[in-house]
Amino acid sequence: MNKDILLCGVGGQGIVLVSKLLAASAMAAGETVHSAETIGMAQRGGSVTSHIRIGESYSPLIPSGCASLMLAFEPAEAVRNLPLLHKDGTVIVSSAAVMPVTASLTGGSYQAEPMLDFLRARVKKVITADPESLCASLGSVKYFNVVMLGVALAAGEIGLPKDIVRQSVENRVPEKFREVNKKALMIGEEYYKNIAGK
Amino acid sequence: MKQEYLMGNGAIALGALSAGVGLIAGYPGTPSSEIIETAAKWNDGSVHIEWSVNEKAALEVAAAASYSGMRTLVTMKQVGLNVASDPLMSLAYVGVEGGLVVVSADDPGPISSQTEQDTRRFAEFARIPVFDPASPEEAFQMIQDAFECSEKYHTPVLLRPTTRVCHGYAAISIPEKFSPKPAVGFEKNTARWVIFPRSSYLNHVRIETRNPELGREFSVYQYNTIEGAMNADKAILTGGVSYAYLKEIVKNRQDIKLIRVGTPFPMPEDFLLKALDGVKELLCVEELSPYLEESAQKLAGLYHLNLTIRGKRTGDVPHAGENSADSLRNIVAAFAGGECKGGESPDMTDAPALPVRPPVLCAGCPHRASFYAVKVAMKGKKANFCGDIGCYTLGNAMPLDMVDTCLCMGAGVTMAQGLHWANPDSVNFAFIGDSTFFASGMTGVVNALYNNAKMVLVLLDNSTTAMTGHQPHPGTGKTMMGDIVAKIDPVKILEGMGVGKIRVVNPLDLKAAVEAVQDCAATDGVTAVIFRSPCIAGIKPGNPAVISDRCVQCKKCIREIGCPGLIIRDGKVAVDGSLCNGCGLCAQICPTGAIMV
Repeated sequence: MNKDILLCGVGGQGIVLVSKLLAASAMAAGETVHSAETIGMAQRGGSVTSHIRIGESYSPLIPSGCASLMLAFEPAEAVRNLPLLHKDGTVIVSSAAVMPVTASLTGGSYQAEPMLDFLRARVKKVITADPESLCASLGSVKYFNVVMLGVALAAGEIGLPKDIVRQSVENRVPEKFREVNKKALMIGEEYYKNIAGK
Repeated sequence: MKQEYLMGNGAIALGALSAGVGLIAGYPGTPSSEIIETAAKWNDGSVHIEWSVNEKAALEVAAAASYSGMRTLVTMKQVGLNVASDPLMSLAYVGVEGGLVVVSADDPGPISSQTEQDTRRFAEFARIPVFDPASPEEAFQMIQDAFECSEKYHTPVLLRPTTRVCHGYAAISIPEKFSPKPAVGFEKNTARWVIFPRSSYLNHVRIETRNPELGREFSVYQYNTIEGAMNADKAILTGGVSYAYLKEIVKNRQDIKLIRVGTPFPMPEDFLLKALDGVKELLCVEELSPYLEESAQKLAGLYHLNLTIRGKRTGDVPHAGENSADSLRNIVAAFAGGECKGGESPDMTDAPALPVRPPVLCAGCPHRASFYAVKVAMKGKKANFCGDIGCYTLGNAMPLDMVDTCLCMGAGVTMAQGLHWANPDSVNFAFIGDSTFFASGMTGVVNALYNNAKMVLVLLDNSTTAMTGHQPHPGTGKTMMGDIVAKIDPVKILEGMGVGKIRVVNPLDLKAAVEAVQDCAATDGVTAVIFRSPCIAGIKPGNPAVISDRCVQCKKCIREIGCPGLIIRDGKVAVDGSLCNGCGLCAQICPTGAIMV
């Protein structure tokens, strides 16, 4: 198979872990996989992307219009990276805006809704997820990364066997956080089933 | 063998371990830092691994171990090679016994560097071989080949990955076990190991005789490749990660010949001549300098090839910045005709304006407090602020605006002296981090003392090398071998040098910090303020600050220090509890005492 998945958000949202879980899952499924992270000089709070390329690929970064799935942990970052998505691709996006750390200085604040509206207008399938409500029973929004993975898994967007992805979460997360991450994955899967009416 | 999913830098580390490396030394620098970190993680104790005090020291440590027959690896970023260039140029003449490979990671863009310099040029300058991988998989194999080459020809060898190779991930098959290749020990031979004009003349002759031989050997190397239409009259010449981008965009085209050079120096001329056979037009696609392009021009001149050569020098390819599959599509289509289409993206017209997210000092970063204390202390006075390389370069951002110059590692200390001689009526400050102080700041202080300059050294001691990912250094008392050693105290160093006034102060105690700066600024000669407070990323955060109803919304806290932990929520000053760690700097600035920690 050939599948490009783009993860994007801001530093500190756990994107690297999801990237590693997807790569491990692809390897466990016998697929060739490459990935690359772009972090640049950004400290915490800067834009972050992770490019996952399953199957035969050459460029370490996904070329524009090639990703079939974008997991966006921040609405403005989803819009920023949208040119990398194929026009028939799917966006799964957090509905919570993360203001730039300079917003209070420069007045550069913005609203999530116009970003989400733009995505809905230009992308066929957009699934939004709210970190706070979905993570309420998990004790912290830091598990939202694995919730998002669960949404993508239930939506059938990852293209890898579900059990292999679930197993990767179990194998790759430190024991101390295993149960809460398994629960996070399940919450994501259930959330998708609910909104899809399945 | 077993499969590991590795970052390119990890692949380089494990490739070196697979090759039987016995010593690894380097200095941190993006995008090279993870090589040593990965090697240390996999080390069973049989390999000596160290963060050296700087790149020059790293190469010299490795050189002598290599004289003793040990295989050695030296790692750095491209600007680090400038620091190591003195030993490198001489080592090229003297040569090595055990294989010695220098990894110098280039940074097209640049993404996190001062320059877009090209290590291939350094290889040509030093007349030593260089390998140029296009992927983590190739880097893993090439570093092993580089060790073989180094040992066979008794020469230091360069491996030149770029950021996208260093930070890309791939599954690599690695051996179950590593063990260093046994070293014979140092055999004294002054004719060989002591560099003298007479021996250098002979070595120069030897090197220039050897290099064409190396070029012939490289001509059959597996990473010098020709693909696509063998009889096409249009060809593309490339190397490094640009090869990967080109493969991505020409994979479905049968009318282009793709020539890739994986060993840019010595140029594999036989290979290139064969590859160019029948080619009428050549497009050179590479990052950084037009190295391959100029090599092709030289070859065309030498052999009277009837060849049009396009690239950076003809304006077909940009000189600066990094390439990508997307950036090269139109360039290739313009050269070869036809289309090089990518995927179809969603319609982006009328996209909403996006927020910018510039890098900033973290909430609670002690550097912010240090810069602010100096700013307050020097308010209304003539003062200049020399910066340096590290997180604290970010002190240039508004509202702090406390970095007037930044040139290269360690330069702030000596530039403050130059400013003093040209601007004697100003107080001239040099801000430098603890790791940078050890790397190349200390000699600058000696220079100031010896030459009678007046300056204030501001040492931002956060007990780590923060910018590159928290590597230990001589002041931390930890080594990459896991040993705990005596911490080297910069205060004692400065005392020993003879710095007249040294004030050690916690920058988060604003009043004391300002007083210490004023005291040093008012004292003649060389003085030093040591701001000592650990990097916020390495300690357990305290409770976030709380804003009481005494707040009059003057927003002085936001205006003065620009801390990301302070935000405007519903028009009012608020604390972002997920970022604030209660450093308390804002509480000391608030005119109404409304902020509590």
